[in-house]
Amino acid sequence: MPLYETVFLVRPDVSGQQVDGLSEAFSEIVRSQQGSVTKVENWGLKSLSYRIRKSRKAHYVLLNVDASPAALLELERNLRINEDVLRYMTIRVEAHEPGPSAMMQSRASRDERRRERGDRLRDEEPFGGGEGRGPRPPVADSVATTPAATGERP
Amino acid sequence: MTMSQSAGGGGRRPFFRRRKSCPLSGLGAPKIDYKDLKLLQRFVSERGKMVPSRITAVCAKKQRELSQAIKRARHLSLLPYAID
Repeated sequence: MPLYETVFLVRPDVSGQQVDGLSEAFSEIVRSQQGSVTKVENWGLKSLSYRIRKSRKAHYVLLNVDASPAALLELERNLRINEDVLRYMTIRVEAHEPGPSAMMQSRASRDERRRERGDRLRDEEPFGGGEGRGPRPPVADSVATTPAATGERP
Repeated sequence: MTMSQSAGGGGRRPFFRRRKSCPLSGLGAPKIDYKDLKLLQRFVSERGKMVPSRITAVCAKKQRELSQAIKRARHLSLLPYAID
């Protein structure tokens, strides 16, 4: 059966576990059509280059799929129906790349550099929308008026 | 002609420049992939436009692959269509 790579973007206000649940649900659709998902790669919450449906960030998930064209059609139909999916793209590939994709490799090297810089890590991820962070401490005016701080969150 | 002439920009042909070779072909060249942002960003201007191959010296075949990869990355909002 032909090989495909599907990447889809999920709304940022969906939690990480829900994203994993979604990718599991989509994999199940492929399996129910006698296909197989050889790899699920979660790239995490990334900032978008431009706004999509008013979101500035999205969860990225990559699926390596080995399935019939009909199964792909069914998968794409479900991706279109799901309102949490901002965008998706499927391409056909000759071979699936073994090991983590270029995206994961660059993330790994970036994380390493962050660890080396130590406490810079805290300064760089204040807008991630992660759970478990308390309210931000009061900050100086100059910081509060930066575009990121005045953000688009309703 | 000698190297010193072309490097210094002097001599008979002031605008002679050594023909660069394609950075994406040959042994050990990186594979063009829409997920490899670090690579793609080298071939995109600051405003997000693709850089012509006459400047980057990418060969025609690889430039076609590259343009496909950049367009895919743009669709997934990994790269911008335009910055302004």
